[in-house]
Amino acid sequence: MLSKGLKRKREEEEEEEEEEKETLAVDAWWLDPGHPAVAQAPPTVASSSLFDLSVIKLHHSLRQSEPDLRHLVLVVNTLRRIQASMAPTAALPSVPNLHPTPSMDDNLVASSDAGLSASVASLLEDLSHIEDLSQAPQPPADEVPPGRPIGGAPPSLGALDLLGPATGCLLDDGLEGLFEDIDTSMYDSELWAPASEGFKPGPEDGPGKEEAPELDEAELDYLMDVLVGTQALERPPGPGVDP
Amino acid sequence: TADIISTVEFNYSGDLLATGDKGGRVVIFQREQENKIRPHSRGEYNVYSTFQSHEPEFDYLKSLEIEEKINKIRWLPQQNAAHFLLSTNDKTIKLWKISERDKRAEGYNLKDEDGRLRDPFRITALRVPILKPMDLMVEASPRRIFANAHTYHINSISVNSDHETYLSADDLRINLWHLEITDRSFNIVDIKPANMEELTEVITAAEFHPHQCNVLVYSSSKGTIRLCDMRSSALCDRHSKFFEEPEDPSSRSFFSEIISSISDVKFSHSGRYMMTRDYLSVKVWDLNMESRPVETHQVHEYLRSKLCSLYENDCIFDKFECCWNGSDSAVMTGSYNNFFRMFDRSTRRDVTLEASRESSKPRASLKPRKVCAGGKRKKDEISVDSLDFNKKILHTAWHPVDNVIAVAATNNLYIFQDKAN
Repeated sequence: MLSKGLKRKREEEEEEEEEEKETLAVDAWWLDPGHPAVAQAPPTVASSSLFDLSVIKLHHSLRQSEPDLRHLVLVVNTLRRIQASMAPTAALPSVPNLHPTPSMDDNLVASSDAGLSASVASLLEDLSHIEDLSQAPQPPADEVPPGRPIGGAPPSLGALDLLGPATGCLLDDGLEGLFEDIDTSMYDSELWAPASEGFKPGPEDGPGKEEAPELDEAELDYLMDVLVGTQALERPPGPGVDP
Repeated sequence: TADIISTVEFNYSGDLLATGDKGGRVVIFQREQENKIRPHSRGEYNVYSTFQSHEPEFDYLKSLEIEEKINKIRWLPQQNAAHFLLSTNDKTIKLWKISERDKRAEGYNLKDEDGRLRDPFRITALRVPILKPMDLMVEASPRRIFANAHTYHINSISVNSDHETYLSADDLRINLWHLEITDRSFNIVDIKPANMEELTEVITAAEFHPHQCNVLVYSSSKGTIRLCDMRSSALCDRHSKFFEEPEDPSSRSFFSEIISSISDVKFSHSGRYMMTRDYLSVKVWDLNMESRPVETHQVHEYLRSKLCSLYENDCIFDKFECCWNGSDSAVMTGSYNNFFRMFDRSTRRDVTLEASRESSKPRASLKPRKVCAGGKRKKDEISVDSLDFNKKILHTAWHPVDNVIAVAATNNLYIFQDKAN
């Protein structure tokens, strides 16, 4: 005696087939089982196992202390293609959502477009913050140079996060007050694991990500100039070795 | 693993060959001159100098270790008795001076023979120190250190034909330096998007034109090459020419972008052409034609059906280099299983050779190899499935004039020359 459940199952299969046929009409070569590139493995199996593999690769890449940007970008782009092929009627993944997600582990087997795009977006954003932290200030050029001389770090909330929670106007306390707010937890010795234990992983364990209060662009510019100026004074003259 | 060779480069005359390795060391080989005592040794390369170029560093701000691996070495044209080269790791470029010392001064007035200072009041007579021959000593000393200009990993350096400036390129930016000035560099290309989440493409290689000092090219992970003219604007974000081959729809796959990613770009000596290396092929472009390459040479097309496995084991991300011979009539690039490939552009013939101890004895000829892609394997052929993907030849170099090539196979360096030499 056939149950209603079985009947429903068959209907679903028919619906899937119709969907596939629809999408073949639109340029979705990855769903065409006759396509030589897809013929390596059954299409649905190829897509989902490739997806999982790519997510693992992405996760592994981001776990590096300093991710290989080329590898990362190529894996992300490939992942987006695979994802698009798995949900052909879903919206294009080209515009990721901007809200950050807490951790990559939650998304390891995620198949939702929003979840993946958001986590990739937030992790790439973290890379940007890391860069802003480490942009080395250079002494200002005397004359206007033809290109863009490498100047100090652009104003960004990421750099200010390093300084710890900021008060309304950082400059009220003067420079000494500024440095008192520095979050010294990143200099704790436990973070400097011995070489055998490896170095601490990347962006998700970075300095505090709490939002800094709103600051004027002009104030940010001025603040960065001050920091660049201070650091330039404290540095020994030039890293170059002259003959 | 510190011995793994990461770069190989002949100097302008071809008399010197430099290698850099994962441990930050540079080893320079020198070609033996004609020698009546040992006539067979002419043309051999022997170790000339070894020095530690880069040490591992720790970036305290990011809590990251900076690898000492030498990514690239480029020689400067020789201007006096000394030799100069640029070597770079991920973050810092250094200018090294390599000079010979074969004389020693003796008979100083203020110093004893053992180096102790003499009391000036005890000196009653003055003498002129004389130069005496000594055993040849080759010294390497760092003359400039160009640091703190790259946030991302440096993949290329290239000396300008003006011999005064050079470029360094990382994943997102290209900087221009003056060889005399270390505390300042000019950013000439910046492809970093305003929002990092929009990042979809990185710079993979860059090079100055061999004769036009205002022209440079850079390649991307999407298989495109942009030619920039520094005269048109200070910031070369707008390219003068854009080279891209349209995708072949019949060979599209999930991996199309990855295999199109260009791992090396090299101008021909003439400056008329440039060559790019992507995962499966070498392409020669005419600088006057942006729409497609004038030649495409398949390096290991039999791997196209294995891309899935190569993606899984990350081999698909391997970055192979390529090089021209002195007359631009042939090109060479590496492959797996310690194979390397040479393509003769005029005869359209190609050959696969192997760099390994087992397959070549000194002074014996190299036997051409053949990979069996499918079907019945002939004798002496190697099947695709028995290729060793851990034995990759990523770095090769061709003597600027003669038919002498240097091939780096993991931690071994092979130097082959034409029998006619």
